[in-house]
Amino acid sequence: MTNPPNLDHLKKFCSQVRRDIVRMVHAVNSGHPGGSLGCTEYFAALYQHLMKYDSSFNMTGENEDVFFLSNGHISPVFYSTLARSGFFEVSELATFRKIGSRLQGHPATEEGLPGVRIASGSLGQGLSAAVGVALSKKLNGDNGKVFVLMGDGEQQEGQVWEAAMFAAHNKVDNLIATIDYNHQQIDGPIAEVNGLGDLRAKYESFGWLVLECDGNNLEVLINTLEEAKEKSGNEQPIMILMTTEMGKGVDFMEGTHKWHGVAPNDEQLADALSQLEETLGDF
Amino acid sequence: MKTKLTYTEKKDTRSGFGDGLLEAAKKNPNIVGLCADLTGSLKMNGFQKEFPERFFQVGIAEANMMGIAAGLATGGKIPFTGTFANFSTSRVYDQLRQSIAYSEKNVKVCASHAGLTLGEDGATHQVLEDIGMTKMLPNFTVINPCDYHQTKAATLAIAEHHGPVYLRFGRPGWPMFMENQPFEIGKAITLIEGTDVSIFATGHLVWKAIEAEAVLAEQGISAEVINIHTIKPLDEEAILKSISKTGCAVSAEEHQIAGGLGESIAQTIVRNNLVPQEFVAVNDQFGESGKPEELLDKYGLGVNDIVEKAKKAIKRKG
Repeated sequence: MTNPPNLDHLKKFCSQVRRDIVRMVHAVNSGHPGGSLGCTEYFAALYQHLMKYDSSFNMTGENEDVFFLSNGHISPVFYSTLARSGFFEVSELATFRKIGSRLQGHPATEEGLPGVRIASGSLGQGLSAAVGVALSKKLNGDNGKVFVLMGDGEQQEGQVWEAAMFAAHNKVDNLIATIDYNHQQIDGPIAEVNGLGDLRAKYESFGWLVLECDGNNLEVLINTLEEAKEKSGNEQPIMILMTTEMGKGVDFMEGTHKWHGVAPNDEQLADALSQLEETLGDF
Repeated sequence: MKTKLTYTEKKDTRSGFGDGLLEAAKKNPNIVGLCADLTGSLKMNGFQKEFPERFFQVGIAEANMMGIAAGLATGGKIPFTGTFANFSTSRVYDQLRQSIAYSEKNVKVCASHAGLTLGEDGATHQVLEDIGMTKMLPNFTVINPCDYHQTKAATLAIAEHHGPVYLRFGRPGWPMFMENQPFEIGKAITLIEGTDVSIFATGHLVWKAIEAEAVLAEQGISAEVINIHTIKPLDEEAILKSISKTGCAVSAEEHQIAGGLGESIAQTIVRNNLVPQEFVAVNDQFGESGKPEELLDKYGLGVNDIVEKAKKAIKRKG
């Protein structure tokens, strides 16, 4: 068991990460704030409470918990969390999406950004990679867990289901996958674009243990992640269907797909920042 | 016709891969194997039997196989994936690009049944674009060995090499003539020395080039035959050294004319020393069902095609 969560710290962390997200995308007038804001609690919970890791970073992550971001477009929340968890200097967030930066539009390993283990952006590939690392941990007798986050729209990619089938068949039970279930994709509500049906039933029928939670409620989310960790190692991969609100924390961005991949203008930035307390110092 | 190199036995190049993988895996416990429901066809049974805990049967799900391989490599393993060449490349190109090449994963993509010599299965399976696709990806090494021995040697060599590799081999029994030849990635092998024309061949067509040399020799033409087993990185030094002597070139490969070995050689020639070059390759067409030898002849990849292209190249020297 991990120590009880320091909710006060986590809330402050989330507020600062959200400030980072809107400031990063505003600075380059591009990037994906909606999904980033919606998943802020998840990243804070993983990197500030749940995962066991070494921020000096080595690629193999042996004897550590490792995380893969499959929906790479929410890189702002990933980068902010990594920087504020000690993987690299917070000041480097200012280079996001600029020429020569290690903080590419979508995560990449090429320039050796600590914390990133695989490139993602073209959707549907992260679950397979997470399965691969989980297998390597089993071969090595390493007890670390493998976490992976996917988008809900990403469930439309066929490779996800190839990996889901394999993970259950091969009892990859050191794997804790999560779907950011915000019901939105670029072209609109998922139910209108290409509905996912009953995701819980789908994963259960594939042989996964499925948990559900509110991904914007820190206490509930942490309890669910802890439960997932406790239930791992029982011959089943685990899926958390994490309901979130796209754009969470900035009122005019909440609950719509319109801020999936659009940056705020100067006025909107000021409005957003007025809603988010600066707790750990802006970059 | 008396060829300068000879063989007593034919064997499939894929068996060279299977035997090489088993040998490499005995030496290095980090080697793991993945297969997409073609274990027998890829000759991976020996590895599977000897190291069941290091073998992953992925089923008919090649995209997932490439992703899992990338993950295993992230965890410090050396994954060898095995499936047909078309399922190793065109089917999974985005996975090769993002999860393996761009992410710099130490994955060995091992591909059998490449080219027309797959034979009767026809064009759906006869991938003729795979060298082009893989050589275009930054970080990838691309190797197309010519016989059983060289495929085995190449398999052992890529196990020692760090970085993504595409290893291409095939299905039919083929002359074995490279026993005890040293293999170094990126180092071309001059098989026959000559002075009138340089024939640069890869894969199964290396043997055809050896036969073509014998035909040319009977006609008083001295051809140099060079085995380019590694298309990327290309041994430019060996190519330039040979053409500076012969003054013209022929490339020979079981691949589309676009994107293949010939195109890489042409780039080298254009940038360094402009000499005539002729191409023995498939001319922007799909293949069809048939016997390997029939197909090679029909699509312009036979011994006679190499002979004629060599004469044409020599003539163009003026």
